[in-house]
Order: sequence, then structure tokens, then C-alpha cells
Amino acid sequence: MISASLAKEFEAVVGKDNVFTSEPERQAYSYDSAVLEPVTPALVVRPTNSEELGKVIALCNENNCPITVRGAGTNLSGGTIPDKRNGIVILTNGLNKILEINEEDLYAVVQPGVVTAQFAQEVAKRGLFYPPDPGSQAVSTIGGNVAENAGGLRGLKYGVTKDYVMGLDFFDVNGQLVKTGSRTVKCVTGYNLAGLMAASEGTLGIFNEIILKLTPPPAASKAMMAVFDDVNKASEAVASIIAAHVVPCTLEFMDQAALKHVEAYTKAGLPVEAAAILLIEVDGHPGQVADEAAVVEKCLSKAGATAVHVAKDADEKFKLWEARRNALPALARAKPTTVLEDATVPRSQIPAMVAAINDIAKKYDLAIGTFGHAGDGNLHPTILCDRRDEKEFHRVEEAVDEIFDVALSLKGTLSGEHGIGMAKSKWMEKETSRATIDYSLNMKRAIDPNNILNPGKIIAG
Amino acid sequence: MSADLTKLAKLLQELDDQMVACMKCGMCQAVCPVFGETMRESDVTRGKIALLERLAAEMINDAEGVQAALNRCLLCGSCGASCPSGVQISDIFIKARSIVNEYMGLSPVKKAVLRGMVANPKLFNMLLDFGSKFQNLMTSKASETQGTRKAPLLEPFIGNRHFNPVSKKSLHAKYGTIDTPAGKSGIRVLFFPGCVADKMYTDMGEACLKVFKHHGVGVWMPSTQACCGIPALSAGDKAAYDKMVKYNVDIFAEGKYDYIIAPCGSCVSTIMKYWPKYGKEYPADVQKKIEKIAAKAMDINQFLVEVLEVKPEGEAPKGGKKVTFHDSCHMKKGLGIAEQPRDLIRMNKNYELVEMDEADRCCGCGGTFTLYHYDLSKQIGGRKRNNIVDTGAEIVSTGCPACMMQMNDMLSQNYDDVEVKHSIELYAETL
Repeated sequence: MISASLAKEFEAVVGKDNVFTSEPERQAYSYDSAVLEPVTPALVVRPTNSEELGKVIALCNENNCPITVRGAGTNLSGGTIPDKRNGIVILTNGLNKILEINEEDLYAVVQPGVVTAQFAQEVAKRGLFYPPDPGSQAVSTIGGNVAENAGGLRGLKYGVTKDYVMGLDFFDVNGQLVKTGSRTVKCVTGYNLAGLMAASEGTLGIFNEIILKLTPPPAASKAMMAVFDDVNKASEAVASIIAAHVVPCTLEFMDQAALKHVEAYTKAGLPVEAAAILLIEVDGHPGQVADEAAVVEKCLSKAGATAVHVAKDADEKFKLWEARRNALPALARAKPTTVLEDATVPRSQIPAMVAAINDIAKKYDLAIGTFGHAGDGNLHPTILCDRRDEKEFHRVEEAVDEIFDVALSLKGTLSGEHGIGMAKSKWMEKETSRATIDYSLNMKRAIDPNNILNPGKIIAG
Repeated sequence: MSADLTKLAKLLQELDDQMVACMKCGMCQAVCPVFGETMRESDVTRGKIALLERLAAEMINDAEGVQAALNRCLLCGSCGASCPSGVQISDIFIKARSIVNEYMGLSPVKKAVLRGMVANPKLFNMLLDFGSKFQNLMTSKASETQGTRKAPLLEPFIGNRHFNPVSKKSLHAKYGTIDTPAGKSGIRVLFFPGCVADKMYTDMGEACLKVFKHHGVGVWMPSTQACCGIPALSAGDKAAYDKMVKYNVDIFAEGKYDYIIAPCGSCVSTIMKYWPKYGKEYPADVQKKIEKIAAKAMDINQFLVEVLEVKPEGEAPKGGKKVTFHDSCHMKKGLGIAEQPRDLIRMNKNYELVEMDEADRCCGCGGTFTLYHYDLSKQIGGRKRNNIVDTGAEIVSTGCPACMMQMNDMLSQNYDDVEVKHSIELYAETL
């Protein structure tokens, strides 16, 4: 427990309304979207300006209280679950201002609590484009996106969050402001600390302001769906599209299990007999879009697609994407608990990965539907279960372990975009090396000697 | 953990199968009007479900705190309508409120209002008829446009709200029981004006009658009918709710009619969906009656457009007075009705329909929510007011009398020159 006098000190900084002490209010910050045990924080603090944020951090450090920063709490790897030892949650939703959108120099400056979709919308109103589109963008925050290096559907062509971070200010553990990067396209002033902060999951510093790169939006786009009777053929199609030097903005994959669940839910007339479908969208200048769409169609037919549907207009495009939009809702409805993984492999290994996932599903007697971003090899095997069934959930844990094993054996990675957090930290050494862990730990100890910056995440030890 | 809490936990466990479907994705944060203002996790659906789960698992001691969190919900259904895992949220919260309130007790004010007044239709009517005669003594004019009044003397009880006065004569007092046969349409309806159209927006109730008459629809409006029960159900007062439902069922089961028509999305969804759902313990014959009644309930906008086939033809009218439309939660998210009232407005060539931002975002009334959480209700309403005013419309229309009360209050307090009208009133003007 935290003493009443320390709670008062926080209140003196942020005001009484912005310190949550009651049991229900604290318990409401004990979880995120990961299927993990909740941990109730000792206190929840909501700073509303930079000065308050710096002071809150310093106060936490002086009193040895571990800090977990929380935006929308949509983390899928437990990165926003607070620490057991007097953990304090710092909310960023009081720091939610877009400070600048610069249309001449194509950048924006935002506070960490700005909601991704709202930011993208503001940018779009000015005729510009912020491409990263994680699945939770309607609620997720830019701070969380940077801390997790969130991806999304557009990753293949446009990259992920880190590719849009030009610079940032962050507080060190003493509440001192550190500046890195700039508003310029080029900047080699000092270490690339902004790069280090992307995917740091709140373990190295706490964001104050973030400078993001903007781009002009594509003028046109075209979407199509291809049906395959063999996962290998779908994968070949993906490879041949890239080999033909076309980089679609989205290139999504759904396997038969996922398709069946979506069809049961939407009754949209999806090809449930198919082994897999691909959903592809190309964008850019209208001429380029027409050319590229033709190339993609050819690649799909050549690879043996049994059917290719091209959307003629916006309405048809909307309908085409219906299957993908409903992938998670359909899978989530099928069973009470949804364990959403994101093991990622080089794209050529997708057939091997899908086959392995199906074998694992059989071996552990589990329902697994797989969808994901075929273009970048980032699959989301989704395990449908009931966490109240202990025996089954034990099998789920074993299946997840095995999925990671396979992904690593295929020269893939533990997590494409969901983060390591608490859920996957035990696997870190297996993918990297002991030296990597030690190097990271040494850095962490130097930066955060009391180990209060989101301890237990990424490098648990 | 006290024995009482263990008992409470046991009762809440019956909701476990429904609650476990929540995968804590947090997408409800995007749409919850209460969270939109407070940005507190205990105010959003995910947080409330987490707290209920923990109460059920005896992992929390502060049951009053959970009860308070549970009550900070408009039951607008926005989260349920956009929940990726399809969690039956309103259902969970309605049941949970009933369970928790049974254990912790209902607040004395709620008890007095719901059990003492609303559940006794005769007394409720008498009190309001009586009040209508004396209300001018306590209140003064607030705004000409919205026809609102304010009551500084009553501020400790009702806040600084601006409200429309209770009609001098309620619909039932003016007309008694209406009982006319089907006309040229061959259709006869049970007209259920709902409490607000009966007692406050009587003009709107009369607009409905005018429309029925024009289309040759026979009307049965029994003067004895009572509140549909939604205020009691949403407050977690199942006993008062049961009383109102059974009272109405006895009346409704006796008449002959093709539809039950109400100018209120909340009343319609209550009769259509809640009556059968929250009466599973009633005797079989009552349930059977309810089943028949529920199947006949329909919103008046839908009735006009889909049954009487009132549909605008050609281009939407332009150049008239600007009207914007607010989608009431129970109508759009509960019944899926959004285009029909807009069609009715387009029937009137004097108006040009302009859409506001977030037309389907809750206005913040939430029925009795506004009585217990007025500050929060006002904050949510302020956002709606801004969206309305930004359109430059002179009229805001909606299909729900409770939303009308809230928007009148918000606009009146801001001295906005915007009238509030039910869609049926705008259509009735053309007849």
C-alpha cells in the first residue's frame, strides 16, 4: 500500500481529481487486453501537462514506486499491467493535445495521449496522411503506438509506427527532459534515441511530445479478393506479386478455419471451401493503380487462384473488405476467450507456418483460426478457448509455446506488432542471445537504477 | 469478505457466462459517452465488467463503489452496438443492477420516485395534473424558442436545468380513452404515447393522432395505460418494473389492434424486447400474452414508412429551413431505425435536412440518468449541443421524447435559437 501522505503529494502535483485511490478505480487499471492475471496498482495518477508529468515521475522515483504508463490499455502482451510492488499507473489521457500539424514541412507534434484514429482524421482533414493503422486505432494512443511500435494493415508498403517517428521528448527516471530527433527529414545529432524508444514499452523513459512524419495521401486505390484451394498457391501469389515489383498497400490473408468462422457470423457468402483467401489493395496515382492492379491480377491467376473478384467501386470495395473487418469479431464470438498471437515469419514461410499452426491445433485439440498480414509474414493465429477451463487453457499455453518454436525455427520472430511485455519475455533469449539480454539489462540498469520504469516487461532478467 | 458479499458474489456468478465473452479489447472507449467525458476506466464498459467479475470472484471489498460505477451508465447501448465480441452488455448491466440493488438497497429517492409514483399510474397522473396547475408559481420562463422554464428555488433538487413545463392537460386528460375503428388503411393501432408525450410534449402526441387520422388508421388509446417500465428496469428496480408490465399487459391483452405504435424508441424497444426478456419468471399465461403484445410493437417512424409506405420521391428538398436529426440510442442502436425518420422529414418541402457530426452519439439524457448524474449528463449534452449548433440548423429533430427534453435543456441554457421537434411533428405539418 501507498501511504496517505504520498498520495497527498501526488494530489498536490496533479490535483485531487487526478489521483485515483479507491479500490474499484484502482482495480479498473489492473488489466489490459492480454489474457494474463491482473495486478491492481497502488495508485493511478493522471497528469494534464508536461510539468506535472515530470514531477510525477520524479516523485515515483524518489519513493521507489514502479511506473506503468497507460494510454488506452489495449496492449496484447501485458505491457500495461502494473507492477506488484506498489505499482503506480500514469495515465496519458490527460495529455491528449495535437500541438501542431505542419502542412509545409509535413510533420505533426502530439502529446502521447492523442488517439490514433482521431489524429489520422485531423491529418486527413488537411489533405495529408498518417499511414500506421493498428487494429485498435479507434482507441489506441500515439504514445502507446510508439512504445509498442504498433503496425497495422498498411505495414508492407508504408511501414510501421517507428518509421513515422522523427523525434521525441521524453522524461528520464528523474523527471528530466531528454530531447532526440528533430522536425527535419535529416538529423544525425547524437544517438538515435527516438529509435531506441520505439518498442521500449515504457522501460526506458516516458514520452512527453512526439514528432511524427506525414505524407501526401494516395490519389486512388483498387481492391480485390483471390480464392485459393491450396495455401501454398496463395503464398506463391504473394511472392510473385512482390517479385513483379508491386508493393500493395495491404495484402491480407485468411485461412479456412478463419473463413468458416467469419461466414458463420456474417453469412456473406464467403468461399468456405477455399483453403485460403487473399485480400489485396494497391494504391497510388490512378495510372499506377490501374497498371499495378493488372499485374496483381495476372500474378493471382498464374499462381492458380480459383477465383479473383475485383471491386468496381467504393461500395464493392467496402463489401470485399467485410470478411477481413469481421475476422476478429467472428473469431471472438465463437468462444469466450480469444488468445490473439502474432508470431511473424519471412513471407515465403507462410505455408510452412500455416501448416504448423494447423498441426498444433490438432495436436492440442484446439480451435485456431489464422488471419493476418501476408505481405509481411505477420500472421495472427487466434486460439479460441475458455480460460475458465484450466485443462484446456494449459493446452493453449503449450500450443503458444510451440507456435513460437516453429516461428523461430523458420527464422521468424516472436512478435510482429503486439509487443513482448510480460507474455513473451521468457522467450527473448531464445530468439536473440544471452549477450543481447545482458546488453539490454546493462543499459536498463544505467538508465533506471531503481528499476521503476515498467519493470518485468521485455527483459525480465 | 463478509457473508453478505459472498452471497452477492454468488448471485453475480450467474452473469459469468455472459461476462466472460468480454475480451477486454477496450474498443468501447471509442463510443461510450460517459467515458468520453471522464476518461476513467471505471466509467467505460470494459472497466465495469471487470469490476463485476471481481465482485463475483470476491476479489473486491468495496461493493458500494462497484454499485456506484454500475450506475454511471446511460444504458444507451453504444458499446453493445459496436462490441467486437458481441457481448450482451445492456443485458448484463440491467441484471447486475437488479442483483446489486437487491442486496445493497435502492437509494431512497429512486425508491420514492419509481415505486411510489411511476409504478402507481393513477397517483402519477394525479400528481402531475395537480403539479401542472401550480408549476408557474415555482418556475420562470427560460427560453422562448425551446419553451423552457427554470426553477431556481428547486435547484437543490433538480439542478439548474431548463425544462419544458408539464402540459396544462395531458393527452389522457384531454382525450380520455380514444377508440376509433380502422379507416381506409384497414389498420387499427394501440397508441402508446409514453409518459413524456402524454404529460409534457402533448402537442407531439396530438401530431401522432393527426397522422393516424389522415392515413385512416383506427386508434385505441386506453386512458389507463401506464409507463412501459424502462425507468424502473434500468434503475435495477425489478419489483416496480414487474408491477408496471403486468398492469399494462392486463389492459393490452384485452384490445383488438394490429400494431402497438409509440413515438418513443425507448418505449418501443422496452415493449418489444425487454418485456419478453425480463419476464421469464412470470406465469406462463402472462408470458404468452406478452409474446403476442411484443410482436406488435413498432416505432411510429417505421410504421409510417414501412407499413403505410410514406416515402419521399425524387431529390431531397433543398433551400428550406435547415433541420438536423439526432438519432436516439434506443431507436438506432436498439431498433436499427435511422433512415425512416429522415424520410419523414424529407416529406416536408419546407425543410432541408442537414446532418450533424456524431448524429448517433448519445445526448446524455439516459432517462433517469440525468436525474442522478446531472453534471455528467450536461457535459455529454454539451457535445451534442455543439454538434447541433455547428450545422447552422434552426430545428433539431429526433424520434425520442427524452432526447427532446435533454436537447431543449442544453440549447436553452446556451441561449441557442434552435427549436426541438419530433420527426412526426415535422411530417404532420404537411397534412
